[in-house]
Amino acid sequence: MVLSARAEELKKSIQRRRTLDRVFHTIFLLATSVSTVTLVIIYLTLGLESFNFFSQVSIIEFLTSTKWTVLFADKHFGILPLLNATMLTSLIAIAVAAPLGVMIALYLSEYASATTRSIVKPLVETLAGIPTVVYGYFALYFLTPSLLKPLFTGVQSHNALAVGLMIGVLIIPIVASISDDAMKVVPADLRLAAYAMGARKSDVALRVVLPAALSGVSASIILAFSRATGETMIAVIAGGFRSVLSFNVGDSMETMTAFIAQVATGDAPHGTIEYQSLFAVGLFLLLITAVLNYIGIKVVKRWAIRY
Amino acid sequence: MMANPKMVGLILTFLLVGGVVGYITGWYIAGSSMTGRGLTVTETRFVGEGAKTSTITERVTVTVHGLTQTTGPLAGDILIDGSSTVYPITEAVAEAFMKTYPAVKISVGISGTGGGFKRFIMGETDINDASRPILMSEAQTAEANGIRWIEIPVAIDGLVIVVNRENDWVECLTFSELKKIWEPESTVTKWSDIREGWPDEPIRLYGPGPDSGTFDYFTERVIGKLKASRTDYIASEDDNVLVAGVEGERYALGYFGYAYYPNAAAKIKIVAVRDDSIPDASCVTPTDETVSSYKYPLSRPLFLYVNKRSWDEKPWLREFVYFYLENGERFVKQVSYTPLPSNYYKMAVATLKAGITDGLYSLSQISMWKNAGPH
Amino acid sequence: MGNQILIGTGRRGVKLKKILDKLLPFILSIAVFIAVATIVSLLITLITTGGHRLSWNLILNYPSSNPEEAGMRSAILGSIFTVGLSALICIPLSIATAIFLVEYSRGGRLASILSYNISNLAGVPSVVFGVVGLGFLAYGLGMGRTVITGAFTLAVLTLPLVTVTCVEALKTVPDDLRQGAYALGATTVQVVRRVVLPRALPMMLTGGILGISRALGEAAPILVVSGLLFIREDPVSLFSKFTVMPLQLYNWISRPQPAFVELSSAGIIILLLILLALNALAISLRQLLVRRMEQLWR
Repeated sequence: MVLSARAEELKKSIQRRRTLDRVFHTIFLLATSVSTVTLVIIYLTLGLESFNFFSQVSIIEFLTSTKWTVLFADKHFGILPLLNATMLTSLIAIAVAAPLGVMIALYLSEYASATTRSIVKPLVETLAGIPTVVYGYFALYFLTPSLLKPLFTGVQSHNALAVGLMIGVLIIPIVASISDDAMKVVPADLRLAAYAMGARKSDVALRVVLPAALSGVSASIILAFSRATGETMIAVIAGGFRSVLSFNVGDSMETMTAFIAQVATGDAPHGTIEYQSLFAVGLFLLLITAVLNYIGIKVVKRWAIRY
Repeated sequence: MMANPKMVGLILTFLLVGGVVGYITGWYIAGSSMTGRGLTVTETRFVGEGAKTSTITERVTVTVHGLTQTTGPLAGDILIDGSSTVYPITEAVAEAFMKTYPAVKISVGISGTGGGFKRFIMGETDINDASRPILMSEAQTAEANGIRWIEIPVAIDGLVIVVNRENDWVECLTFSELKKIWEPESTVTKWSDIREGWPDEPIRLYGPGPDSGTFDYFTERVIGKLKASRTDYIASEDDNVLVAGVEGERYALGYFGYAYYPNAAAKIKIVAVRDDSIPDASCVTPTDETVSSYKYPLSRPLFLYVNKRSWDEKPWLREFVYFYLENGERFVKQVSYTPLPSNYYKMAVATLKAGITDGLYSLSQISMWKNAGPH
Repeated sequence: MGNQILIGTGRRGVKLKKILDKLLPFILSIAVFIAVATIVSLLITLITTGGHRLSWNLILNYPSSNPEEAGMRSAILGSIFTVGLSALICIPLSIATAIFLVEYSRGGRLASILSYNISNLAGVPSVVFGVVGLGFLAYGLGMGRTVITGAFTLAVLTLPLVTVTCVEALKTVPDDLRQGAYALGATTVQVVRRVVLPRALPMMLTGGILGISRALGEAAPILVVSGLLFIREDPVSLFSKFTVMPLQLYNWISRPQPAFVELSSAGIIILLLILLALNALAISLRQLLVRRMEQLWR
């Protein structure tokens, strides 16, 4: 079919736009793959040295022994003390951050005036920007002696409770910010419909908006939990390096990340079993994170409400 | 009218960002006559006066910040890495050296003794700060890479045993008692387990983490086996934290580097130590004098390991090391460490200047280890 | 869901509901109060311990063993340089990733796998990034222990956070606008460029600033990658040696001399001021963009 000059122009312009679109598609795909490629590189690096590690240490011992004394003369390689510390501190952190974060988000999206919001939201976001080294020392020199020791007996100078609380404060903005954004996007119709049925503001907030935003809220909690398990410096400074299995949160305990930091910045000569152990612990932590994230996503999918 | 915090924020932003940007711009403009190292050699070199044995003295004209000045005879880079224990001494020396010779650029890292050695035995660094002698495995790798080194003790780090200020029952502990408390599978949980008549209260232990030189030294010296220790004590890499810990617990017992004691003397109580493996040994309290003269049995040497090739090829590095040793006593004291005996430093410099680069360890008369590294 | 609202219609229920309704904003604001109280107590602690050590020396001088003369100059410049570079790498990557996940592969299988990977990346400890950065970038690729290696390490560290924020930003743009544009025959690029991005940009900025704030405060990965602390020259090229503020502060606080501990507090105040300025910058930029957008669409 012969087209007029104008139509030819249009046809070419459309084709150009389509190719441009495909080019951009590829560019964006490449950009996205950077994170996956990075993850693969990390897994490979950790995996290679872990392979060396596990050719000398039995996986059974690694997973079941309750003693972790890798840096001492009498070496035991049970990850449980470290895993326990990581889980305890992260659970305390999320127990603090999830309710507080959601509460802040609800407040910001439903109750705060524009002025209040413009002050409070950046303030909360500042919490995430404070260097973790500062949090660590704040927990050690202020939180524990002035707050925790007077309140509870049996709290040591380094303890898991302080670490957990401080990490909790650190991750509040993650939950608050993302949940707030999720709540803001809940359509006005839902709110208005509830008001029309005679609901009060608290009903709307708790029973309409929160459930509607639940997928965003849960996504933020999962992200925050990942961040909590991966937090290093707070655990190093305020948790200490005592790698003993204990369920008393007033005790000093070493998390997986603290151990990795201890060896990575310490005196262990490279190529030794001590140094290789940091890769094994790192790999193990990543695998745990992957599993927890997977479970989290499945849970979120189940609870998501489509509107 | 808009809320004021926004205006304040905006003003603050512009001030700070503007200030920073202006500062950086100004710096780059001022430094535009500089090369990457910050100097431009604007005149030809000529061998000047005062040529010493195997030192080539050159006169170099340097443009720094637009001001031309004829500096001393030295210009070059020195890369130092290693122990964070030795770091404060090296930092003080480097700073002073660079004041006299601004054309020598010294950088100091804190990768740790082990991390530093890894770089050193690959030939990446000129000097390694070390809080322990080089290990056999590290020495072997160095040899394989063709790296030779000069081992130079530079200071002593004493190790102190401390208790809470309100502890009135401990004055002196013996090595056997310390070993009993700290050995792996130790059965000591209360003070009364250590010595008859001491309080029947649980003992709270504080100490450095197992990945530190202080720990290595303590275990080897007191318990008799490297890294052999009980694992249920409160461990921290930051000795300030250990001080605070012992200060806050009535029944605490801790150990850490002597350098942290002078500033904490008012907060905690120091314990004398007796090496009961030596007959007729007495309780020695750690002081500058007893540590420096090895009377106090818990002292460990701190080292510099210098790359031999850098030593041969870089005159400014040699000058730096001489400077380090000639002024060593002063700087070591300045950062709260303990210097080796005065005559050691003089002998060491003389030895090095005479071209002998071995055996400095024996000059220091440190009897802790029978020989120097490889250890 | 609707039934639950009817639960409060009995007489006693109504009274309880009334009380709850009045109380709820106060209960919620307790959370805000806790957050604010933490920041304030942190600031007070810092100011009381280190406030008297604030001086121009702290910014202009190089590190020294004399606390009266010591400054963070090389660390400040190193931080700005490295973090600035990492932002230049991270932010475009994050925006591109977010665009791909939301605009191009709307909730498909590929998108879920990719966002799962990003969540996993978020859980990697910062020190592991340092170890991998050292092994892979510095030694493996031969980039050395330099500014550029630090920048890439930090960029990858902040990538998940910024990406997730950008994804949320894109999700806040109402779908009708997109559909309308597509209905008019626009290509995805046009939709993104003219419809979606302008609206999402302010929030993406927030994400970028959050990422920069995090990167500015990281000590462990830089300790592993660079290891240097005492540098008396400014980083002038991509391949310069460098150090960063948190590292300097971490070292000062563990020195025996109390003067250094105080200096560390003062240095932290400076770091927080810089963070404050960055946040304020983000807010003002955000306002600007929002206002410009409102003008366009009026």
